Amino acid sequence: MSPVGLVWANLHRRPVRTYLTLFSVLVAFLLFTMLRTMAVWFTSSTDITAADRLLVTAKYSIIESLPISQQSAILAVDGVEAVTHQSWFGGIYQDRSQSIFIYPVEPRAYFDMYPEMIIAPEQLDAFQNTRTGAVAPADMLERYGWGIGDKIPIEADIYPQQDGNRLWEFDLVGSYRWKDEDTSQPLLLFHYDYFAEAAAFGRGTVGWYTVRIADPERAPEVAVAIDALFENSQNPTKTATEDEFARAFAAQIGDIGLIANSILSAVFFTILVLTAVVMHWAFRERIAELGVLKTLGFSDRRVAGIVLGESVLLCGLGGLLGVGFGIVGTPLMSTMVPQFGGGLRLDWNTVWHGLGVAVLLGALVGIAPALLARRLTIAEALRRS
Amino acid sequence: MPLNRVLWQAEGREEGESQLASIIELHEVEKSFVKGREFVEVLVGLDLRIDEGDFVALMGPSGSGKTTLLNLIGGIDKATSGEVVVAGKELGGMSSGELARWRAANIGFVFQFYNLLPVLTAQRNVELPLLLTKLSAVQRRKNALTALEVVGLSDRAKHKPGELSGGQQQRVAIARAIVADAPILVCDEPTGDLDRDNADEILDLLDILSRDHGKTIVMVTHDPKAASHAKRVASLDKGQLAGAAA
Repeated sequence: MSPVGLVWANLHRRPVRTYLTLFSVLVAFLLFTMLRTMAVWFTSSTDITAADRLLVTAKYSIIESLPISQQSAILAVDGVEAVTHQSWFGGIYQDRSQSIFIYPVEPRAYFDMYPEMIIAPEQLDAFQNTRTGAVAPADMLERYGWGIGDKIPIEADIYPQQDGNRLWEFDLVGSYRWKDEDTSQPLLLFHYDYFAEAAAFGRGTVGWYTVRIADPERAPEVAVAIDALFENSQNPTKTATEDEFARAFAAQIGDIGLIANSILSAVFFTILVLTAVVMHWAFRERIAELGVLKTLGFSDRRVAGIVLGESVLLCGLGGLLGVGFGIVGTPLMSTMVPQFGGGLRLDWNTVWHGLGVAVLLGALVGIAPALLARRLTIAEALRRS
Repeated sequence: MPLNRVLWQAEGREEGESQLASIIELHEVEKSFVKGREFVEVLVGLDLRIDEGDFVALMGPSGSGKTTLLNLIGGIDKATSGEVVVAGKELGGMSSGELARWRAANIGFVFQFYNLLPVLTAQRNVELPLLLTKLSAVQRRKNALTALEVVGLSDRAKHKPGELSGGQQQRVAIARAIVADAPILVCDEPTGDLDRDNADEILDLLDILSRDHGKTIVMVTHDPKAASHAKRVASLDKGQLAGAAA
């Protein structure tokens, strides 16, 4: 038997109580892992930024459209190298639970703007030359069982076709991947020309522009110049670097993070109180035994360490199991919840963070009984036997 | 009068004739405490000397200070004044940590109610004091099994206290007390919770440990039959030694 064995044996004094406590800690840390993973997923969608790209949106709301006529004017601004556009086109594949991110884009210009997205040249050519063409990331093809050459029927959320039909049919002509293998965004891209010709409304408009500039250091100056162009028009713009845009978006996401953190705080507070009560009971039940250990020569500090070790072991084990189930559960959740598009990935920082919190929780829970155990005199303890 | 002088006089010897080295010496020991508004003197100017290998029974009425004296000898309580020297150390000046280390090396405790850890098997209970040594896990287990063999319980090594009789539990407690080879065994009514047969077995075991293994045993008891196993009997009354008999 080792000292850890002694601590472990003590935890088995009341197995039902121990396992129920362990289970509640496990659930708390499973919740922690899942919520943190989701929060990371939300914020990671804002991570794809480049210093030489600006985003031009409508001044007062990003859901307002901008006229496509602005594209050539923006391109003419000094310092601008290229301009392309995207629009939000919500869609559903097969049933309501499978919402899909879809953008109508200019194929060649779009992939030229985003070199971090890799597509085979012949597939890009096919995308460029097929009016109803669409491309999607490889993991999206795998998820929905799509193959190149398939027709993909999508029910539009916002844009019906001119005949009132909401069902759009795209020809899948290629797939792309991200240069950074950790990036995953389930984004279906289709040809803007198809949108411009077939949509019942919104033709001649775009959601926002992406601008590549020659010198990132001139970004503020170029942004001001672009906005100045349309300042007195019906469609004033707001231009920001991708990074600023991402941070503004992240601030909105931050509210979700706040809610998640609030939930976790409440859960951990409850677990803290519950486990503290359990450990205090456990301490009171065996005051005499702690006195016996002291008579055998265990020092005050060592006895306190045993008591503290029990709570750290209990919470640490609960945390380890909870985070472990989180590691196993993340891919399952990613698959089962279509909105994640299979892109939910566990961040190892979450794992280390979770395990750290578990040990800290154990220390907080155990510190009071450990101090009491340390102060306990042998004579007082033995009187309880 | 110090116990050893009482004993020597009882044996017709003169002071200075003792050939044995003392292992326990108490000089002018007083122990008192305040209980509510009352000042209670438990031990009053007590002198005591016990030699190595001696087996001494402490008797006396309840409240006479037997257990307090035992606690002082075992280093789990401190005298209010006076000197307590056990196994060559004056215990009054030692810190709590030093006392813990000293107890681990020098004292084996046997309690009336065994005080085994219910979650551990007999072997693991016996192993407990060895966790404080540098012995390997294998050696600790081996020593624990040897100690259980000495008390005749090697076949119960894997049993938990709840699965053992009172007599068997007390034998496990004795194995725990001797496993680290402490020279002194401090026993607080070791047969107080046992029937006659089991009590006799425990007392026989203590006899063997004293006679064959050279352990110094100080035993508190109310039972005259238990006391008859000791080489010496000291009676305490109102915190003072009242007499001794061979």
